[in-house]
Amino acid sequence: MSKTSNINRVDGFAKVTGSATYSAEYKTPGVVYGCLVGSTIARGRIKSIDTKKAEWAPGVLAVITHLNVDKPTGYQKVKDKRNFGQPLQIFKDDSVLYYDQPIALVIADTFERMQYAASLIKADYFKEEHSTDLQKAADKEKKIDTEKGNDYHRGEHDGYKNAEVIFEAEYTIPTEVHNPMELANIIAKWDGNKPTLYTKSQGVEGTRRSVAGVFDVPVEDVSVFSEYLGGAFGMGLHTWPYEIAALMGAKKLNRPVKLVLHREQMFTNVGFRPFTIQKMGLGATKAGKLTGLTHEAVAMTSSYEDFMEGTVNMSRFIYDCANVSTRYRIVPLDTCTPIWMRGPGEATGSFALECAMDEMAYKLNLDPIEFRKLNYAEKDQEQNKPWSSKYLLECYEGGMERIGWKNRKNEPGSVKEGNWLVGYGMGTGTFGCYRSPTSVKAKFLPDGNLVLQCSVNDMGPGTATMMTAIGAEITGLPVENIIIEMGKSGLPKGPTQGGSATTSSVGSAVHDACNLLVSKAVGLASGTLAFKGIPITELTFENGVISSKKNSSKSVTLASLLTANKLDELTVENLSKADEEAKKYSIYSFSVHFVKVLVNPNLGKIRLAHVVSCADIGTVINQKTSAGQMYGGAVGGIGMGLMEALEIDHRFGRPINNNFADYHVPVNADIEKQEVFFVNKKDPISNPMGTKGLGETALVGMAPAIANAVFNATGKRVRDLPITLDKIIETVKV
Amino acid sequence: MNFITFCDLRLLNLLEYPSDFANLKIDRMASKKNNPKEVTENDSNSRRDFIKKSGLFTALAFTPPSLVMASENKWDEKIAEYLETVPLSIEVNGKKHNLNIEPRTTLLDLLREQLQLTGTKKGCDHGQCGACTVHVNGTRILSCLTLASMQQNAEVTTIEGLAKGKKLHPMQEAFIKHDGFQCGYCTPGQIMSGIACIKEGHANSREEIREYMSGNICRCGAYHNIVDAITEVKEGGKEL
Repeated sequence: MSKTSNINRVDGFAKVTGSATYSAEYKTPGVVYGCLVGSTIARGRIKSIDTKKAEWAPGVLAVITHLNVDKPTGYQKVKDKRNFGQPLQIFKDDSVLYYDQPIALVIADTFERMQYAASLIKADYFKEEHSTDLQKAADKEKKIDTEKGNDYHRGEHDGYKNAEVIFEAEYTIPTEVHNPMELANIIAKWDGNKPTLYTKSQGVEGTRRSVAGVFDVPVEDVSVFSEYLGGAFGMGLHTWPYEIAALMGAKKLNRPVKLVLHREQMFTNVGFRPFTIQKMGLGATKAGKLTGLTHEAVAMTSSYEDFMEGTVNMSRFIYDCANVSTRYRIVPLDTCTPIWMRGPGEATGSFALECAMDEMAYKLNLDPIEFRKLNYAEKDQEQNKPWSSKYLLECYEGGMERIGWKNRKNEPGSVKEGNWLVGYGMGTGTFGCYRSPTSVKAKFLPDGNLVLQCSVNDMGPGTATMMTAIGAEITGLPVENIIIEMGKSGLPKGPTQGGSATTSSVGSAVHDACNLLVSKAVGLASGTLAFKGIPITELTFENGVISSKKNSSKSVTLASLLTANKLDELTVENLSKADEEAKKYSIYSFSVHFVKVLVNPNLGKIRLAHVVSCADIGTVINQKTSAGQMYGGAVGGIGMGLMEALEIDHRFGRPINNNFADYHVPVNADIEKQEVFFVNKKDPISNPMGTKGLGETALVGMAPAIANAVFNATGKRVRDLPITLDKIIETVKV
Repeated sequence: MNFITFCDLRLLNLLEYPSDFANLKIDRMASKKNNPKEVTENDSNSRRDFIKKSGLFTALAFTPPSLVMASENKWDEKIAEYLETVPLSIEVNGKKHNLNIEPRTTLLDLLREQLQLTGTKKGCDHGQCGACTVHVNGTRILSCLTLASMQQNAEVTTIEGLAKGKKLHPMQEAFIKHDGFQCGYCTPGQIMSGIACIKEGHANSREEIREYMSGNICRCGAYHNIVDAITEVKEGGKEL
């Protein structure tokens, strides 16, 4: 274990002292307060909107609606095509496309006056019939007109139907909402024609491009600061209408505008995991060999954007199977557009696939893990490529041992602890390992510090800590001597934080830049008198000192080297990207979640007595932050499995439980005993460190593990999430 | 005396004797009790409109031209603003503040927007998430559900008040050591709650800690590590 493999979070001090600055917390002289007022219908047009009272209210500086807005010039340039990435154009016209769609922006000089004034806005509408219920509108499904939206077939179409043993079932997941603890928020200001945003964005460069497009200004003129994010889980992957609204307000008033969404607006205006209906068809031999697998999904999108995610993709490669068909369809509904939520697609897909695998195992009278091992995929049949590495079997073994799988009985309801029925279940997760081109600047300073710069964000996983660990490992500098500058424009361009790709992309770029910087320092030193006659290959760099391998008394410090060369700093900026070799392989992370549930048959209450999450994510850069991410992903999956669902009153097309009292997320009391296990073996292909990505696999597979354990405990199969007690209590034998 | 007339007269007095302000406030509240229908928030005439109309505009009925000018220069606004604030003396992290605040200002918004103490977080504004937890006179409270004006002479401790310079509070140290957070946004609330949880005597087992920390949501899901951190501080037995 190296000295950097278990370090504390480098931004820990800032976070535990309250000095970390999140978007709405930048001290901005002259800042005024904005608030969005939402529509009270789900579809129609605005007949009239009364803003007079608000305008007259004390302290109000502006009320902006579709009637008086200066439409950004970029609005006209957007083609009338339903591509994802063309979000609602706020205040564009009188149309209302979903409930709580912003229809007015109120700006006042204090927070309290703004809130009061916003309450005075009243609108009348021409109502139109709305559609928000996927289960009633599923017949309006349509195919997405892109390559990714195409149906997939391997072997015989729907070949499962010809198998010896056939299993078919339908699974649904409800709308789930990211709900990071930090509300979506922004401070927007203009310097002439140049906008500046302090905003909750997972991608500084992406936000710059979106804003540049809307306001028709050069990308380089857009400044974005997003240094600390209070979680996001995907909701920061879009530039949302509220951000554009704040910029409009700031432009109109020529003052900085702070706009923080209410928690209620977090349920309606910044995306969600879409309601999805899935049909599974599995075919196998009596001996337990999968011969056919069909996975179909129908998911909701908005009326103005075609959103899709990889819901059915996992079914194409995770098990060895000759005949595989997948189909993905969307249904436009009158809601805000969904956005990728942690484990996008795969989390939804794995619920259907891993439950169906469990159900098939019962049908074949096999242990669920035995059944999976019988269908272990030795290569990626979808891409017809070898795995770069795959330690899924180690995850099975590690989890079985820790959860006490040997205590499981295949017969449901046959294990009891006191009055509780005991059940064991597992679910497999996976996610692709991606690597985006990333620039990092590394510089040595005369004071012995190393500065690493990249515009990438850190929404919580510990990106800064990972960069520090890699920088320290390569340069030999103490962690304390490494300074990270990130999360803002103007720095070397980093990727959007998402898709579990940050360590692979940014970590590799740090790795490469630091190596180049060390070489540069050694090269500079080899020219000095101290190392005259010593070949460069015999020089080493450790902890800010360059010395001869053979004669360590011959050494020069970095500080003196810089001084001697009259340099203020020694700098390398490097663009790092995946090499061609990686394209020959299929690179995936794998995870397996195991749970032991206790179910009270009288009350239907479910307790998670023990949760074990195992993952093959290649090299673990930092045990401490990685474990934290795995614990947290599992908790997210527990929410998905047991409690999270946005309930819509379809009569009005609006949410019922749009707050934390009614939309339940896991709290401390829900998490009884949790363990994490990493295989921690380097992937030889993925990137220089051999990492494969963790953020998504930490969640994918947890929900089916719970569903499978509940079945094992009770004999009741719940195929519609979340598994609440009412779904169990009716049918369990007491 | 009719409330409106009473108010008008007092307002005129106030222009001359601003120090009467505090009394006026009390009188106004007393009058409100006697005439509950006259001032309601639900009325389309807001309280603010009411005060402005009944106060200044009645004054304008006496109509010295200088007062018309006053209105044009938005002095009516300034007077209304003055009428609407209440004095507050409050100690935050050992520092005394004498403020004039709007009665509707929450302690959370006072801390974040007026005192620039942004360590205390807003997660829901409804007392449902715990991110805004601070200590008032040694007890944990949700600052988003607390009107600042009700905290006369209170001693408030926020996350910024725990460390002594670079020397962290034991709970802050334990959160770093056990990685009791990821994004850090719920962390100030978790730490303030964690300290209170021990002081209240509710940290005697992991079960008890989990129960008494369940008012603080962590969406990153760091619960396992949060319990580790609080357990260590409890077992360390240091004075908190």
